[in-house]
Amino acid sequence: MDLIKSALAILGSTARDVLPIALFLFAFQRFVIGKPMRNRKGILAGFVLVVVGLGCFLIGLEQALFPLGRMMAEQLTAPEFLGLAAERLRWQDYYWVYLFALALGISTTLAEPALLAVSLKANEVSGGAIHVWGLRVAVAIGVGTGVALGCYRIVSGLPLHYFIAAGYLLVVVQTALAPRLIVPLAYDSGGVATSTVTVPLITALGLGLAEAVPGRSPVQDGFGLVAFACLFAVISVLAYAQLSVLRSGRAAGVERSPLETGD
Amino acid sequence: MSDALGSVRDLVPIVCVIAVFQVFVLGNPVAGLAPLAAGGLLVLLGLTLFIYGLKLALFPVGERLAHSLAAKGSAFWLLAFAFLLGFGTTIAEPALLAVAEEASRVAAVGGAIPADDDSRARYAFVLRLVVATAVGVAIVLGVLRILAAWSLPLMIITGYLLVVVITTLAPDDIVGIAYDSGAVTTSTVTVPLVAALGVGLASAVRGRNPMLDGFGLIAFASLTPILFVMLFGILTQWT
Repeated sequence: MDLIKSALAILGSTARDVLPIALFLFAFQRFVIGKPMRNRKGILAGFVLVVVGLGCFLIGLEQALFPLGRMMAEQLTAPEFLGLAAERLRWQDYYWVYLFALALGISTTLAEPALLAVSLKANEVSGGAIHVWGLRVAVAIGVGTGVALGCYRIVSGLPLHYFIAAGYLLVVVQTALAPRLIVPLAYDSGGVATSTVTVPLITALGLGLAEAVPGRSPVQDGFGLVAFACLFAVISVLAYAQLSVLRSGRAAGVERSPLETGD
Repeated sequence: MSDALGSVRDLVPIVCVIAVFQVFVLGNPVAGLAPLAAGGLLVLLGLTLFIYGLKLALFPVGERLAHSLAAKGSAFWLLAFAFLLGFGTTIAEPALLAVAEEASRVAAVGGAIPADDDSRARYAFVLRLVVATAVGVAIVLGVLRILAAWSLPLMIITGYLLVVVITTLAPDDIVGIAYDSGAVTTSTVTVPLVAALGVGLASAVRGRNPMLDGFGLIAFASLTPILFVMLFGILTQWT
C-alpha cells in the first residue's frame, strides 16, 4: 500500500513539474505565435509519455537504487569499515571511497536521461560525427574522476576554490587547443551530466563522507562534489575531442577530422 | 524495441557497481532482491518511455517554437520566451528546493540570518528567486549570443574569472552551495527543451552553425547561478 501511495506521490510531483512548462509552451504558441500547434495529439501523447516515463524512472530509483546507494556511501565511510581508529586515518586509507566514487560517477552518468537527450541532439546536429555512446562515455569518465577527486578534497580538507580555479584554468587552455566545434557542447555537458540520477547519489556520498571524516563539517565540506563533477565533465569532453583529432590526424595523414572542418 | 535495449545497456553499469561493492567489498548479501528487481524494471520502463516522449514532444515543440519566434523577427518576444523558460522551469525544480533549504540552515548556523523558521523560510524562498532569475538571465544571454554571434569561450571564461574573484569576497559557508547550485538547476525536462531551443534558433538564423552556436545555453545556466548565489551571500551578510 505504501508503495502505491509513494508511487502516486512521485507521479503527481512529476506532473506538477512538467505541467507548467507544457502550459507555458502552449500559451506562447497560441498567443504570441498566433498559430495553433501542429500535430497536437502526437505532442500531447509525447508529454504524457514524458511524465509517465520520468515518474516510473524516479519511482524505480527511489525503490531500488537510491536507498542502496546511500547506505553504501554510509558504510564505506564508516571508521569501522576502514578498520582503524578514527583519529589515525590518513587520506590514503579511504581508497575504497575513491574507487566507489569513481565507479558511482561513471555508472550513474551513463543512466542520466538528460545526457542521453543532448547526445542524441549532438549526434543529429553533427551529422553523426559525434557518437552518442562516445560522448556519454567521455562525460561519464569525467564525472567519475571529478567525484573521486572531490572525495579526496573532502577527506584532505583542502579549500574547494583552489581545485575549481585550477580546473577553470585547464578548461581555458584546452579551449584554445581543442577543435572549435566541440567547445559549446563540452561546456554544456557539465550542467547536463549532473541531473536526476547523479545529484542525489553524489550529494549523499559527500554529506556522508564529511560527517564520517573527523574534523570535517557536513555544512562546510559536504558540498562541492556536484561542482567537481560538472567541471570535470567539461574537461573530459574537451580531452575526448582532442584525442579523436589526434587519432584521426595520425590515421589519415594530413586529412582533417570532421569535427575540425565542421562538415 | 531498440530504445528498450538501449535502456538496458544504460542501467547495467549501475547494477554491476552496486552488486560488486555490496558483495565483495562490504561483504553484505544484497537484501530484498524482489523490490530491487521491481525497481530496476520500473527504471527501465521509465527511461524507455521518457526517451520516446522526448522525441515525440519536447524536441519538436522546442525547435518549432524557436523557428516560429525567429521567423516572427521580434527580439523582444524571443528574449521574453528565453527568460520565462529559464525562470519558470527553475523555480519549481525539486533539486533547487532541497539546496535552498540546506542553504538556509547553513546561513542560520553561520549567523547571517536569525535562526527562526520564518526568516529561514524567507531566506530559502529569496534564494530560489535568485537562482531562477540567474537561469532566466543565462538563457537570455545565451540567446543574445546566438543572435549577435558573440564568442562563447570568451563569455564563459569571463564568467569563470568573475567566479574566482567573487569567491574571495563571498562568505565561506555559501561557496560550496553556490558552486553546487549551478549544476543542480538544469533538470531532465529543461535540458532537452533548452537544447532544442538553441539548436532550432541557430539553424533558423542565417549564418549560424547549429553545432557551433546551438549549444552553450546550458553552460550559461550552470555558470550564472554560482555568481548570483555568491552575490546574494555577500549582500545578506551586509544587511
